[in-house]
Amino acid sequence: MDRLTLVLWIFDSVTGLGLLLLAGWALASPQLFRGIILFVAFSLMMSIAWVRIDAPDVALAEIAIGAGLTGALLLAALSRLGDSEPTQESMNRPIERSYRARTFRSLTASLLAAVAVALVFLILALPGDSEGLGAEVAASLDASGVSSPVTAVLLNFRGYDTLLELLVLLLALLGVWSLGGLPAQPVSPAVLVLDTLARILIPVLLLSSAYLLWAGTHAPGGAFQAGAVLGAAGVLLSLAGWQVRQRYTGVTLRLLLIAGPSLFLAFALYTIVAGQSLLEYPPQRAGVMIVLLEVAATLSIGTTLAALFVAEGPRNKEGQ
Amino acid sequence: MSSVPLFALVGAGLFCIGLYALIVYAHLLRKILAINVMGSGVFLVLATLADRTVNAAPDPVPHAMIITGIVVAVATTAFALVLMLKVAEKTGRAELPDERTG
Repeated sequence: MDRLTLVLWIFDSVTGLGLLLLAGWALASPQLFRGIILFVAFSLMMSIAWVRIDAPDVALAEIAIGAGLTGALLLAALSRLGDSEPTQESMNRPIERSYRARTFRSLTASLLAAVAVALVFLILALPGDSEGLGAEVAASLDASGVSSPVTAVLLNFRGYDTLLELLVLLLALLGVWSLGGLPAQPVSPAVLVLDTLARILIPVLLLSSAYLLWAGTHAPGGAFQAGAVLGAAGVLLSLAGWQVRQRYTGVTLRLLLIAGPSLFLAFALYTIVAGQSLLEYPPQRAGVMIVLLEVAATLSIGTTLAALFVAEGPRNKEGQ
Repeated sequence: MSSVPLFALVGAGLFCIGLYALIVYAHLLRKILAINVMGSGVFLVLATLADRTVNAAPDPVPHAMIITGIVVAVATTAFALVLMLKVAEKTGRAELPDERTG
């Protein structure tokens, strides 16, 4: 074993161990606030692991969504919960400290230890090498219209996955809205530091989002990462006390939300009518169609994520 | 790659830690965190399986599926958090009612 391999092996072991420890600490931490912060640290460590197993696209998505947006969502929910929750004590009590509860916990732990051992055996029993679909993707990459294999899979070869995923995102927002949303947070005048920071960061975020979107055709990046950064810009604006003007929260908001899914559906119908199978783009036009789809999907993903963060009910003319 | 099985084992460990916390802790926010940790474990195993190719770039199909999964996970987390807040608003506690009989 040469020295580089050894160093990398140690690095991977430390990362793996760190992941397990952080996950354990995050879940067992007595204070929820600390648990959430540890969870964000866990997500950042996950993105290091993604880079180590050659998945830079996933690393980008993990940083933007796993660490950034999920962390913001969790903290916002915790602060909203704060008012109705009298003590921290009752919140973290693991069901109960009675004898029965202790038996229950140790039973669960031993059962899950057995599951873990079984999983380890299964993973070790898998053949060490596999053909995978990499060769097939590489063979048809020229016809896909983009040169990044992950983007080709997401928007061309398995486009229906992405279509359904956009619908899931929309469905989550509709779920939040149909529950009536959450009461609007009292608008506090933005602190000067936060306000200045937002003014500096928003253009940078928009630029990063556009870059990720463009880079997605030939390098790690793409609509999801770009959409997540756009959503983060929305979260930052909302935290800094900015509000969307009422006249844009009606039709304009809804059009932005459905831009991605509806363009996707239109292309799906078009390919069927043109006599091809679902979402099978004509090779000479595939590049343009994918870029159009990605732009629309980025706008929709960004808007939906920001709307999920704000989580106020929909405003319509009758309501307000 | 020598590091490959290592991260799959970590993924299995994360899944089990998350499942334990999901069962044992009563607070709903903790359960939502636990589900996210479980998901990360599954994604790690999936990505590790994609990296078993010999002398070639990793399989892009599982990577695309993981990105899809991460976005679905954040959408469900957002929805679950709103459900939790609604439960807390109705009952005053962010926990599901105890169904103990004795």
